[in-house]
Amino acid sequence: MMSESAVDGAPSGVPGLVEDWASDKQAYNVPWGKAMMWIFLVSDTFIFTCFLTGYLNVRLTTTEPWPLQTEIFALTLFGQSVPLVLIAIMTFILITSSGSMALAVNFGYRRDKTKTFWLMVVTALLGASFVGMQAFEWTKLIQEGVRPWTNPFGAAQFGSVFFMVTGFHGLHVTGGVIYLLIVANKIRKGHYDAKGFEIVEIAGLYWHFVDLVWVFIFAFFYLL
Amino acid sequence: MAYVPLADQDNEADLHHPHSWVTKYVWSQDHKVIAIQYGGTAILVGIAALMLSLLMRMQLGFPETFDLIDPNAYYQSVTMHGMIMVVYMLTALLLGGFGNYMVPLMIGARDMVFPFLNMLSFWFYLASVLILMASFLVGGGPTGAGWTLYPPQATLAGTPGHDMGILLMLLSLGVFVVAFTMGGLNYVTTILQNRARGMTLMRMPLTVWGIFVATVLGLFAFPALLVSVIMMTFDTLLGTSFFMPAIIESGTALDHNGGSPVLFQHLFWFFGHPEVYIVALPAFGLVSDVLSTHARKNIFGYRMMVWAIIAIGGLSFIVWAHHMYVSGMNPYFGFFFATTTLIIAVPTALKVYNWVLTLWEGDIRLNAPMYFAIGFIFTFIHGGLTGLFLGNVVIDLPLSDTYFVVAHFHMVMGVSPVLVIFASLYHWYPKMSGRMYHEGLAKLHFWITFLGTYAIYLPMHYLGFLGVPRRYYALGQTDFIPESAQDLNAGITVAALIVGSAQILFFINILWSLRNGKKAEGNPWGAASLEWQTPDTPPVHGNWGKELPTVYRWAYDYSVPGAKEDFIPQNMADADVEMESKSN
Repeated sequence: MMSESAVDGAPSGVPGLVEDWASDKQAYNVPWGKAMMWIFLVSDTFIFTCFLTGYLNVRLTTTEPWPLQTEIFALTLFGQSVPLVLIAIMTFILITSSGSMALAVNFGYRRDKTKTFWLMVVTALLGASFVGMQAFEWTKLIQEGVRPWTNPFGAAQFGSVFFMVTGFHGLHVTGGVIYLLIVANKIRKGHYDAKGFEIVEIAGLYWHFVDLVWVFIFAFFYLL
Repeated sequence: MAYVPLADQDNEADLHHPHSWVTKYVWSQDHKVIAIQYGGTAILVGIAALMLSLLMRMQLGFPETFDLIDPNAYYQSVTMHGMIMVVYMLTALLLGGFGNYMVPLMIGARDMVFPFLNMLSFWFYLASVLILMASFLVGGGPTGAGWTLYPPQATLAGTPGHDMGILLMLLSLGVFVVAFTMGGLNYVTTILQNRARGMTLMRMPLTVWGIFVATVLGLFAFPALLVSVIMMTFDTLLGTSFFMPAIIESGTALDHNGGSPVLFQHLFWFFGHPEVYIVALPAFGLVSDVLSTHARKNIFGYRMMVWAIIAIGGLSFIVWAHHMYVSGMNPYFGFFFATTTLIIAVPTALKVYNWVLTLWEGDIRLNAPMYFAIGFIFTFIHGGLTGLFLGNVVIDLPLSDTYFVVAHFHMVMGVSPVLVIFASLYHWYPKMSGRMYHEGLAKLHFWITFLGTYAIYLPMHYLGFLGVPRRYYALGQTDFIPESAQDLNAGITVAALIVGSAQILFFINILWSLRNGKKAEGNPWGAASLEWQTPDTPPVHGNWGKELPTVYRWAYDYSVPGAKEDFIPQNMADADVEMESKSN
């Protein structure tokens, strides 16, 4: 759909971009909620960026060695220590949930309420299982003696940033699960029949963002 | 498929009309009521912070005479005065107050895009204020760490309020960030997506531009504050060592190791410097509109003014470490940050030139708002020029932590925005209240405030050159500081007391005028921008009656050659403009 300013004779290319931006009524041809979600996500990006910058900084300033990820994040399966196995499963689950979310958005725009509802529920369940496995990982580390203020395997800051950043991300996922379930329930009840199903895409934006952030956390904490 | 904006609610029925006194004035979703709630709360805490500064001044001016505060209370006053003024007063008043009131009216919208979120924003803000005020009541009192809250000293036993005070401060800041985010998302989305027909971005009044860019800065800068607040809370509560190096407190080694105090400073100033412009940019916008209206001239170089706002906003994110020249960061950083800092002077100077050129050969009406606006140009030039001194590393090193710095930032981000706030409150008072303020009283208020400002802050520059350190409870016996410095300090205190108490003129004026002021017409200044063209004064819920306005021109059509009136409202079509007959 062309925006109001982009009717006959409107310039294309860079002048067209400027024209679109400066056009009256609205700068983007999207619902208010979607524009707001995008702006919120940019702001949230800054939060996670600050967290990760802070993490890298204390990793440099701490005087004790950083624990080896291959050992501290390993699980003993069938008598063998397998590095990063849990986190691989968690990452796979979260990325899969992005796929089911994308399908939900698609079916939402096709106004297929049943499929949208169930796909959102599946997404929420995958998210919840992610949080569950995170709780398992936390428990394992805590049982091994890792605390925010201390860490038997090296620098105390490992415990501090690990619990803080994965906890903050976990809160985002938990919030997302609740958000998805609320929206899914409202869809089932027909709350959006008249308004349209943009809300599914808006919730999806948030969900994909949480996934994307996880990719960075995964890379920075488990691989770097 | 063509997308029909679901939220494009132009019909009256969809608005949340208030049903009772409570929904109208307390749990209100009307942006104008929320604005007044925000502004009123901000002004109230501002008064508290003003009182704290007067207490400090009495101590500094007459250390032998007054025995009002002890050294601990002095540091607590410094801290609370700074934090309240910067965050809870200026930011809340300019964005929560003026942002809420002006944005929908100036762009021709009925309300913010999400009124409920807007209401929630105010209540979170109020909660953050109450949490902050609660720190006066807990044992140990509020934190005395200085408004920058630098660790490790903020949480060590020697600092007043190192246990409960600092925690309440951190919690309050966290809640404030949440409140700001809810409000800020609303302003940005409203400005981008909910403008009246014909209101292109380049037709918006500069007030809206200033608020828009300042809000974007806030949305990107407050995250850094939130993160540093969270980390510091963990350091205090959980004993983590984000900001705490190995440290010995009163002879015992603490349980901290390997943290980085400089990391806090980077995070804090990554928020703190944009914060300066979060306050300044709305003030720039408001003052531009006041100047243009009362000079009966279009703002000079509108496009450049807009780009200057955007440039200042962008640059403000890469200058933060100029607050940290003495922090122990890598000295090579100083070169980079000094350069970017001085580059900011270019768009800023451009704005000052354009304000002055707006006045040039204008048909200036010296109403009270104009007094304050012109006063702002003076104080801002003076505060800005000392900023050029402090932006240079070699000059900053000796002047850092002296009264020169105090004088600089009070001129540039204390007095200047406050003068704009007064200008704007007087300017828009007729629209907000439906009454005119008392002109004579307002001008008296101006002269005492403006001249008093110079009586307070000019001598402080000199004290700074003498090397008088800031944040000291008393000077005591110091060889390098001449005795005469104390006389200057006493003089500053007298001026501060006079200026402080003169602010009561303002409150008398607005409260008295609420009942007894002359009834205001809808557009007493003959202003062209949209907020003056509302069908009702003060504007009612929904702002525009049955039909939204259509915009045909920019906000600065003053003294248009050939037109009969000396202003053309933004919502007047070319065909409706009365022209002077040819024979004249």
